[in-house]
Amino acid sequence: MDLRIHRRALLLGATGAAAAATTGLKTPAVAQNAPIRLGWLTTLEGPFATGGQDSFRCMQMLLEQHNSQAGGRRIEVVRESSNAQADVALARARKLAEQDRVDVIIGPLSGAEGIALRDYSRTLSGKTIVNGSSGASDTTLRNASPNFFRFSTDGTQWMAGLGNHVRRTMNVQEVAVLAGDYAFPYAQVFGFSLEFCRAGGRATYLFSPLGTTDFSSIIARIPRTAGALVVVHGGTDGLAFMTQYAQAGGNLPLLGGSIMADQTMLSARGPHRRIMMGMVSAGPLADVHEEPSWKEFVARYRARWLNEGGFQSPSIHGFNYYTALQGVLMALEQVRGDVGGDQKAFQAALAGLRFKNAMGADLHLDHNRQAVSDIFLNRIEERDGRAQTVTFGRTPQVNQTLGVPEAQFLALGAPSRDNTGCVAAS
Amino acid sequence: MLASLALLAALTALPLFIPPFWTANILGRAIAYGIVAMSLTFLATYGGFVSLAQTMMGGVAGYVAAVLVPDSLPSLVGGVPYAAAVPIALLAATASGLLIGAIAVRTQGIYLLMITLALAMGFHLFAQANIAWFNGYEGIRNVVGPEVLGRPFRDPFVFYYAALASAALLYALVLYVVRTPFGLVLQGLRDNARRVNALGYHAALHRIAAFGLAGFIAGCGGLLVTFYNIGITPGSIGLGPTVNVLVMSVIGGLGHPIGAFIGALIFTLFDTFAADLYDRDRFNTLVGLVFLLIVLASPDGVLGVAKRATAAED
Repeated sequence: MDLRIHRRALLLGATGAAAAATTGLKTPAVAQNAPIRLGWLTTLEGPFATGGQDSFRCMQMLLEQHNSQAGGRRIEVVRESSNAQADVALARARKLAEQDRVDVIIGPLSGAEGIALRDYSRTLSGKTIVNGSSGASDTTLRNASPNFFRFSTDGTQWMAGLGNHVRRTMNVQEVAVLAGDYAFPYAQVFGFSLEFCRAGGRATYLFSPLGTTDFSSIIARIPRTAGALVVVHGGTDGLAFMTQYAQAGGNLPLLGGSIMADQTMLSARGPHRRIMMGMVSAGPLADVHEEPSWKEFVARYRARWLNEGGFQSPSIHGFNYYTALQGVLMALEQVRGDVGGDQKAFQAALAGLRFKNAMGADLHLDHNRQAVSDIFLNRIEERDGRAQTVTFGRTPQVNQTLGVPEAQFLALGAPSRDNTGCVAAS
Repeated sequence: MLASLALLAALTALPLFIPPFWTANILGRAIAYGIVAMSLTFLATYGGFVSLAQTMMGGVAGYVAAVLVPDSLPSLVGGVPYAAAVPIALLAATASGLLIGAIAVRTQGIYLLMITLALAMGFHLFAQANIAWFNGYEGIRNVVGPEVLGRPFRDPFVFYYAALASAALLYALVLYVVRTPFGLVLQGLRDNARRVNALGYHAALHRIAAFGLAGFIAGCGGLLVTFYNIGITPGSIGLGPTVNVLVMSVIGGLGHPIGAFIGALIFTLFDTFAADLYDRDRFNTLVGLVFLLIVLASPDGVLGVAKRATAAED
């Protein structure tokens, strides 16, 4: 009996003490001079940790530039981190919204997290979630939520222009598409195939699970008739494939998905570098882009972060979070920092924004609050003694359905292994 | 008994005094995960089986419900009302418990740990690779839970009281079962399986039945967790969550079912607030250190500390 009383006292004591500690902390921001609270949610653990750190770098840089003010009010930031898992991101978002009482959450970073937060945003009133860098198309395309906004383009949009480039400019009839067997590559493959097959191209698809290290059987299955390879792998998978393809003496022209041609791959040493020179890929940004705003952004990033663990140039995640915060700050300016009234005015301002992102691309949101913006064709070249992606083409104002009427696009179904988007023009 | 009822009364009244965030996201979440952990505590304490498949059994219930209920995204079967989907899900979790128990029936100790871990990881990878039934990596979203008395399940109070009621019933069930002849045989198996066999009991069947009951308990927890997370993804049943359940049970203390809930509460508190107490880039270090400290100071968890404190007083 004694033991039981102790147990109870312990449990009650712990919860009571903790409850007292937090009730003291929470003060609702009602006064106009109270700071606006932003919750920054990214992933500092797990596979995308380096991208997560870069998101904080880019946002901090922007906030410093604005002296932590917008619309005449001070901005206060609460940072949280998940590990790229949906339910962890959800737990962190709940804490930000319900415990830390933030007005706006900027995040998360990866696809499944984005969908989880989209569903959560529907249960919130008077709060807004602005997507950080998650790129699943369904987050905004199907069952969109009224207070979830995305200022970055999705994985399908990022492939715009590549299909036409291969079919029309390179005049290749048939390609082999090699991709990871999960949601993000599905979306990218869908975007590529939609354009390529409509232009009369044919494709063979070879999927392999995330974390594949031996690609010899995949390489052996590349059809002889294929005129080019489209590689939609990222990280260590991409590196393993490229290395093995180079060692196998492969010499087909290479095209890459948006996370293929990034600095993690280009800065690694090995035989893959030989065959990756000249590789064409598509995406929302590049290392080298002849646009004053981009040059200024990269210079500012390097000056601020190169000695503090930053990359040679901003990562795709850093860029996406930066754009999201740009949108939030502009909307806050427009409503003079008024996030009251269930944030109706603030959300209307967000939805109506039109601006140029750091790449100098015009950006606005569609009826699902999803970004419509320019996508760039990039080529890997040697610049300043290292391999870098350089823009050489631009597809203006790419929307989420790649120009296909929305009803028709939705009827194609969600991208998957069996739904690659390869439908010939009718 | 009296103390348990007093604790239940205190927990019932508590939401009146604390912010809703605490009701749903600390206490409610701790109770939901605590149920899954209690499923392990039941097996480990009374049967001596340390299993790592508890999260998987919970995941089976979560996925079955997610596939069946209306409004889930994507809708795979859909349209089955919660009143039917919930029992089917619990039945599936019980069946998964029986199956795991049957597969692992001849293993003990570290080998049981490995075989249950292998099954759990197999299920996790299967769910991640299977598009037709599990929707792969993205999982099944928008599983909002049933309406209770006209109020949505996500209402902090509805969720909290549903979790609390389930926990109280399952807690009472465990305490009852271990006093029945079945429970006594189970404890006999833990202490000396050979002797139990010699007495004429069918040891294997008792073991499998114990896993079945554990599956039912984990299934209840898994359903609550799925409704709390508004859906389920392979990430919810991966290695991390699997090990977390073991961590909760161990820091709370194997020895009594209440330990699972104490462990889950401590885990939830640190999981939620460690980032506020310590550097955001490295808060996992703090979480790890606290758990290490608890296990070092008291190998039988927080319960052991309480027990020793009482012993010292006497």
